[in-house]
Amino acid sequence: MFSKFIWLEWKAFFRSASFGKSLGLKILMAFLALYFSAMFLFFGIALYPLIKEIDPAADPLQLVNRFALVYFCFELIFRFMLQTLPVIDIKPLMILPIKKRKVVNFVLLKSLYSFYNILPLFLVIPFSIFCIIKGDYGTFNMLGWIIGVYAITLSVNYFNFIIKKRFTENLKALIPLVVIGITLALLDYLEIFQISVYFGKLLEFLVQNPYLAIVPVAILLLLYKWNQLNLQGKFYLDAHLKGKSREANTREFGWTRKFGSIAPFLQQDLKLIWRNKRPKTTIYLSLLFLAYGLIFYPNDSYQEMPAFFVFVGIFITGIFMINFGQFVPSWDASYYPMIMAQNISMRQYLASKMGLISFSVVVLAILSTPYVYFGWNILLLNIACALYNMGVNIPILLYAGSFNKKRIDLDKSPFMNYQGTGASQWLVGLPLLLIPIFFFWIINKFINYEIAIGFLAGLGIIGLIIRPVLLTSLEQRYRQRKYVMIQGFKQKGE
Amino acid sequence: MITATNLTKVYNGTKVLNIEHLDIPSGQNFGLVGNNGAGKTTFFSLLLDLIQPTTGNIFNKDITVSESEEWKPFTSSFIDESFLIGYLTPEEYFYFIGELRNRNKADIDSFLGHFEDLFNGEIIGRKKYLRDLSKGNQKKVGIVGALIGDPEVVILDEPFANLDPTTQIRLKKLLKELSKTAGTTVLISSHDLIHVTEVCERIVVLDKGYIVKDIETSEATLAELEEYFSGEIAES
Repeated sequence: MFSKFIWLEWKAFFRSASFGKSLGLKILMAFLALYFSAMFLFFGIALYPLIKEIDPAADPLQLVNRFALVYFCFELIFRFMLQTLPVIDIKPLMILPIKKRKVVNFVLLKSLYSFYNILPLFLVIPFSIFCIIKGDYGTFNMLGWIIGVYAITLSVNYFNFIIKKRFTENLKALIPLVVIGITLALLDYLEIFQISVYFGKLLEFLVQNPYLAIVPVAILLLLYKWNQLNLQGKFYLDAHLKGKSREANTREFGWTRKFGSIAPFLQQDLKLIWRNKRPKTTIYLSLLFLAYGLIFYPNDSYQEMPAFFVFVGIFITGIFMINFGQFVPSWDASYYPMIMAQNISMRQYLASKMGLISFSVVVLAILSTPYVYFGWNILLLNIACALYNMGVNIPILLYAGSFNKKRIDLDKSPFMNYQGTGASQWLVGLPLLLIPIFFFWIINKFINYEIAIGFLAGLGIIGLIIRPVLLTSLEQRYRQRKYVMIQGFKQKGE
Repeated sequence: MITATNLTKVYNGTKVLNIEHLDIPSGQNFGLVGNNGAGKTTFFSLLLDLIQPTTGNIFNKDITVSESEEWKPFTSSFIDESFLIGYLTPEEYFYFIGELRNRNKADIDSFLGHFEDLFNGEIIGRKKYLRDLSKGNQKKVGIVGALIGDPEVVILDEPFANLDPTTQIRLKKLLKELSKTAGTTVLISSHDLIHVTEVCERIVVLDKGYIVKDIETSEATLAELEEYFSGEIAES
């Protein structure tokens, strides 16, 4: 039976709609995986000599044990954000004569093959070998330690699934846990109650009595069982497969009416952003990146290179533009045929997208005005960057968007989500940032700062003035690509 | 109203649609029948310019649909769930379409009043997003949405599928009235021979992309269609 499941997975992987198309993405992921493996391996090998060099008196294993809890906590946080339960599409399997337990076991065991579970081995095994050779720990003792630590890592793996099941629907319920975690961390930091030390002691006890590795293994098995029961109980259509329907939020965004003919679309886009997970995060990201300037403006090392502030300015005022704009029109993928057949001209559609993004640039520019604290030239530069974004970068982004033909499922989590990402997304960022930086750098170098700012603003204003012309050519471009897009947006699956 | 000439669509070397000439006069209730793969949805998609014809053209009120967007103001359609916006409530969806078709909220509210029976209390005011409605209710929303703004041409792909019996009967009445009183050209496709013969004045049978029958509906039509489709079984 397991071989059948593996066969299904295999087919799903190689027959997925985007297989091969996103080869670049796959190469990038493979590169990242290799990079992290190499880093972990390097760290695993270097850890023992490094500790010895810093503090020859310390016992490296004791020190590592001391920080093990912190490591596991971070691991849990990372897993919570990045790792998802590998639910194979079990819906069609429900009516087939396959025991539920088998499907559940397959899903749970499959999660062990995750990259996140292999990484710690690169760290743990070389370090243990050092402990055996250089330190005076017995092979058997270290074997117990490896098994124990690795069992805890895998327990974290399963524990994460349990937390995810409980809390992804209701993140607020997680707050008490986070509070407890932070309190413990604080107590530890202030050396009032050093839980990490106690945990370290436990691990040392494990090293002295290696047969006790059975305890973490037992915990692992218990967590596995818990997951198994959890999943088995939810093996019904109406449990987690169907998804919860929450009461609709009927905010009206009535104020958009002031914007005339594009008002309905603007309202539409705001609802799109507000009611769907992935676009909603672009808003939070924009607000977060507003603070980006704080890293650069006070830093003396950047004062000599004002061209760098152009980068910051474009980024601060345009982060929403970049995040949202690069996936136009993929956001509307699931109902693109309707948009194309309804009484909406392509021009109106594009104009409304431009309107929305311009609006975001204006809002972010206004929000960034407190940076005047770092000098008037910063404020002026940011305003020039905002104008440049509106006049030049928005048309460039929309032009790049015409290459999009990948669907986006609005409700998927945005973390490590590469859906809808193609080569154009990687490439479009470069001209958006590099062109203005280049112009600014040249003019600032050979003439002066003010003219350089004026030049960027001027380009932006020209772009705004000739926007109708740009719209016409964008419209033609989108009309040409219309059929390819409709076709592409239909392709579901990763 | 609608004219197709030399219309073909080729996918990977297979001709899936081949219509030499088809003329649908204004105000006609037009039905398209055929087995899976006959080219019904392909024809509607071509008519809405969602796919490009390999050769030939479709004219909607003398406008070449693949060249101009001028047909959009008087044409409305519901093909499948990709015509619904999942994260809107039904009301918001109707208002949105209303705004696209120059109808204000009050217009839409009074328009929706006619469909209270059809909606059966499951659609309006339930504070549910469209993506959370059942298939049948989604279909109702899509069909009613396609009637907003007094369009001159209404295109519905398989409007009867997924609907409950009561709604099917209501919809038939609605579609008949639409062409009779408002003079709307209604194009529907269906697998249900009884429904189409009841609703449509004219029925065209497609088979592998070709028009094989073009019938003015009469008492004998249903029998004729049934004979045609069971004939295919006899042949094989």
